[in-house]
Order: sequence, then structure tokens, then C-alpha cells
Amino acid sequence: MIGRNSLFGPLDPAPDAGYEAPPPRKGFFTDTSVCIGCKACEVACKEWNDVPENLFEMLGTSYDNSHSLNANQWRHVAFIERPGTAPVPDRPAVDLGMPTVGAAPSDVPEEAKPDFQWLMSSDVCKHCTHAACLDVCPTGSLFRSEFGTVVVQDDICNGCGYCVAACPYGVIDRREGPEGDPRVGIAQKCTLCYDRLTDNQRPACAQACPTESILFGDVDELRERANERVAALHEQGVMDARLYGNDPDDGVGGTGAFFLLLDEPEVYGLPPDPVVTTKDLPRMFNRAGLAATFMLAGAAASFLRRNR
Amino acid sequence: MTQVHGGSPSRQRGSRRGGDRIMVPEADFSSYYGRPIVKPAPWENDIAYYLFTGGVAAGSALLAAGADLTGRPGLRRVARFGSLGGLGLSIGFLVHDLGKPSRFLNMLRVAKLTSPMSVGTWILSLHGPFAALASGSEIVAMLPAHWQRGPLGLVVTLGRPAGLVGAVTAPPVAAYTAVLLADTATPAWHSAHEELPFVFCGSAAAASGGLGLLGAPVAEAGPARAFAVGGALVELAAEQRMEASMGLSAETLHQGVAGRWMRASKALTVAGAVGALAGRRSRLLSMASGAALMAGSLCTRMGVFEAGLASARDPKYTVVPQRERVDQGVPVRHQE
Repeated sequence: MIGRNSLFGPLDPAPDAGYEAPPPRKGFFTDTSVCIGCKACEVACKEWNDVPENLFEMLGTSYDNSHSLNANQWRHVAFIERPGTAPVPDRPAVDLGMPTVGAAPSDVPEEAKPDFQWLMSSDVCKHCTHAACLDVCPTGSLFRSEFGTVVVQDDICNGCGYCVAACPYGVIDRREGPEGDPRVGIAQKCTLCYDRLTDNQRPACAQACPTESILFGDVDELRERANERVAALHEQGVMDARLYGNDPDDGVGGTGAFFLLLDEPEVYGLPPDPVVTTKDLPRMFNRAGLAATFMLAGAAASFLRRNR
Repeated sequence: MTQVHGGSPSRQRGSRRGGDRIMVPEADFSSYYGRPIVKPAPWENDIAYYLFTGGVAAGSALLAAGADLTGRPGLRRVARFGSLGGLGLSIGFLVHDLGKPSRFLNMLRVAKLTSPMSVGTWILSLHGPFAALASGSEIVAMLPAHWQRGPLGLVVTLGRPAGLVGAVTAPPVAAYTAVLLADTATPAWHSAHEELPFVFCGSAAAASGGLGLLGAPVAEAGPARAFAVGGALVELAAEQRMEASMGLSAETLHQGVAGRWMRASKALTVAGAVGALAGRRSRLLSMASGAALMAGSLCTRMGVFEAGLASARDPKYTVVPQRERVDQGVPVRHQE
């Protein structure tokens, strides 16, 4: 269906896609300020969705060995080591009852500790309101679910790869291996655990997250919680805290999966101001139409010249 | 290691060969260990070849119809063969580049205006049969006269009307491929969306006109010459304008593999156009010019294709323009 804002602007995606009385839009709020980099989300995702091995190599980039979001990596934990400038909230850490490793608490004064900070963030498909991958898919393999998420139908995709180039976040990818995998050659990405959602289950990554860094729920409600969380962090003096993807007026109409970050988005490998490419599509078709008309006129003119 | 990682994976410093060095200070920006943000299209060179053969097919369909109407059988023949050959190769390249070639027909299960690939598939599906029928009539007409009865005779009769429909539907075949590339998050392709259709249509005219010069007798090649030279001029001018409007990612057209293709393209296109103008009476010079124009068109397609891939591999072209918008307080936001 084509309505106002179908290509750009605030929108509830499921009704726009033609669903009558769909359930509330579902999404993730990933609060990176409480991410401990345990990668439970990566593992849970792989197990539940039967995502095969990724390129496994030591990259020499902190603790990141899962590389990037790609066809075989639907959750990706980024690790950034940087000079520690943000003040630490001055209250005791919440005891999660996790087993501890390393040295016992020391009486080294704060100023003598290394001036150093880790940022960790579990990245995932953004399930954009205006999803470029879905817009450009020529087979209809990518579709909008009743939950407002974006899902690939494995048995329809013919592996044209257009979605790969269209995604402004570099999420979706064509599976290249391992050899023999039935989904080699077709586009793959996070489905927001579509199968679990239809059974009233939380997506596997959110279920596995031990610190509730990954929150799952109705997007409207998550946006409110995110606003409260960022306000609370600002109150505690963590002025670097900011939300990413929560604005329905932004270049992709807001994302279904959005984030609380502690630095600029590009530090995490996220684009600072992503825009859905199809926003400019009417203009592109106009320009192409003009060029095509010129070409037809040019051909006609070539024959209308006198002699040879 | 307590540094925020910045910069591109392979920043080139110092001087480069050639005269197209752009004097822009190296942009400073943050990234995640220099890794790409957007993904390059997972396409082989097949797609660049397709851009070329599709252009040849489209321009040739136009020339074939014109030659048919104005009584130039020599030009008509080479143009119709160019149209058929270009179409056949195009479809071959397109299918070969799919991850699941056996599912090629899935393209036809929907018609989606938001997908330039879907629109293009339908444009090709409309243009292809008519252009092929016109080309088929050329082949049938070459058969012995007593074979040209019955259904085959019908093909000959339908040659002209089919060729006219093929001609009217040809320009979209040449133009849509520009939208196909531009409607992506690939910085050098998307930022070129204003002028790329003109570059590609010009390039298609130059290549198909070049084919006409290559194959048609000098006495009939006039329109092909005009079409080729006009196309070359449009291509060169539009390419200049395009670079001016692309912003930062324009530099990918000057660097590395893409830069070599683009320099070759310019040299061949200029030489081909000059040669075509000078060689009005010389079959040999016309043929050489036609070949140069075709090669120039192929180089343009390769150059634009490679520049896009390079702009996706380096996070600079994604981050820097977006960061500038944010820092200047003008991020892309929906306004009522």
C-alpha cells in the first residue's frame, strides 16, 4: 500500500504494509551502559536460529572475534577500548550473582587506576520503519511481519544481493558458507525471532541477556523506558549517554531496535545519520525518465539530419 | 592500547600518480577499528558487464528502428544483431550473478515500484520479446526465400512494428540501471543519483553508435556516428557534473582500480568521438573509433561499479558526510 510517509517520515509499519489490527510493534532497546560483553546474546541467537559458523579469526581488535553483523552473525558484540573520560556513577554496582574472576577488591585509590574505559554494545538488525532492504527486494522475499519487523523468506530469496547494498547499517548479507548449508547464496539477517514472537516468547538474545542490556517489548513502551533511562544516566553525571534510532522523524523513520550509546555512533560502527535510500527514489526515477527521454530524442535527431 | 580507533583501513597518504589529485585535506573521523559500515554489493564484475551490454542492447534497438524506417539495411542489420546479442548477454550476466540462479523467475512473482531491480526486470521483460522479434526477422530475412513462408514469414512481416515497440521501450532499459545503482546505501552510487542516468544513457548511445560504426558501411553509418558522438559528449559532460555533486565520494572515481578505469574511459571516449568525426569517409577510421567508443563505455561502467564498491569498503565515505550533517545541526529529519 502506498500512503503518505510510505517512503519517509513517521509511520506505524505493520498497518502501512496492509495488516488489519496488527499486534503492537515489537522491538529491542539495547542499553549498552549495562552490557558486560558476555556474548550470551550471540550464542543464544546462533543456537536458536541455527546460524552456522562465522568467519572465526583473531582480529587483534580487543575482544571482538565475531567481526561484524553478517549473514552468519545476527547479534554482534562490539568492544571498544578508549581513554576513560566518563565519570563512573557513584553508587555500588548491582550484584548479579555472577561468578567472579580476577583480583579481589583492592584498596588502590581511584586516581591511581588506569584511565581507561571499555565500551561494549550488542548490535543487531534495526528493523527500520522504512527498511531499505525490504523496499528494494525484487522478489518479495523480504516482508514486513505483523509485529512491524522485517523478515527474509528463505524459500523465495533468489540471492540477487540488492538488499545487501541497500541497508544503511550494513546488516543484511548474502550467506557465502559453510558449503552445503541450505541457505548459502541467499540473504540472511535477524528475524527478531519471528517464530518465537508468534508463540509469545521473547527473542532468544533478550531471553539470554544476563544484565537486561537487551530489552524486548512494544516499541512505544521501550521508547519511554529509554527516555527514562537516559534521563537517569544524565542525572548521575553520565553526560555521554544518548539514544540512537529512537526518533520517528529520523532518516529511517526510527528503528524497531534502538540503542543507548555512551559515545558517538560511528565509534560503535554505526552510521551517525543513516537515511533510507528510497527516500530519494521518486527523484531518481524522475531523473532517469528525463535521461531516457533525451536518449529517445537524441536517436530521432540522429536520423533526421540531412544526408548520411 | 587505549586509543579510539579512527581512520580508514588503507588511507593513502603522499602523492599519487597522475594529474587528478584532489587537494582535500584527509578527513578525520572515528570508526570501529576502521571497519566498513555499509556492505559493498556482493556482485561480481558480471553486473558491470551487464550495465554495458544492456546499454548496447538499448541503443542498438533505437538505431535498428531508425535504420529500418530510413532505409539503411546495413546499419539495421548490425544494430539488430547488437540488440539481440546485448540482450542475450545481459540476461546471462544477470542470472549468473544471483546467489540462487535457479530462482531467477522469482523476480516475476511481484511488481514493486520501490525496487528498481523489479522495475528493471519488468522493463526488460517488456522490451526483450519485441527487440528479439525484430532481430529474429533480420535472421529470417537472411534465409533462403522458400523458407520464409508460414510462421517464419510472419516474423519478417512483424519485424518493423516489433522493432518500433522495441525502440520506444529501449531508453528505459539504458536509464534504469543508473537508478539500480543509485538506490543503495553505497556512497559513491547514491550520491551520484542526479547525473548517473545521463552518464549511463550517454554511455549507451556512445557504445551502440560505436557498434554501428564498427559494422555498418560508411554510406549508412551517419546516424550511428551522430548518435555515438552525441552520446559521448553527454557522457563526458554529465560525468563532470556528477563529480561536482557527489561530494567526498567523488574521489573514489580517481583512486585505485576505479580511477584507472575512469581515466581509460575518458581517453577512449574522447579519442573515439574525435576519430568518429574525422573518419566520415574512412571505413577503417570509423571502425577504430567505434571500437574505442565501445571500449570507453565499458570502462565507464567498470569505473562507476568499482568506485561504488571502494566507497562502501571505506567507512570514511559513510561517516564523514553524515557526521558533517549532524555537526552542522542539519541531520536528515522529517518535516511536516
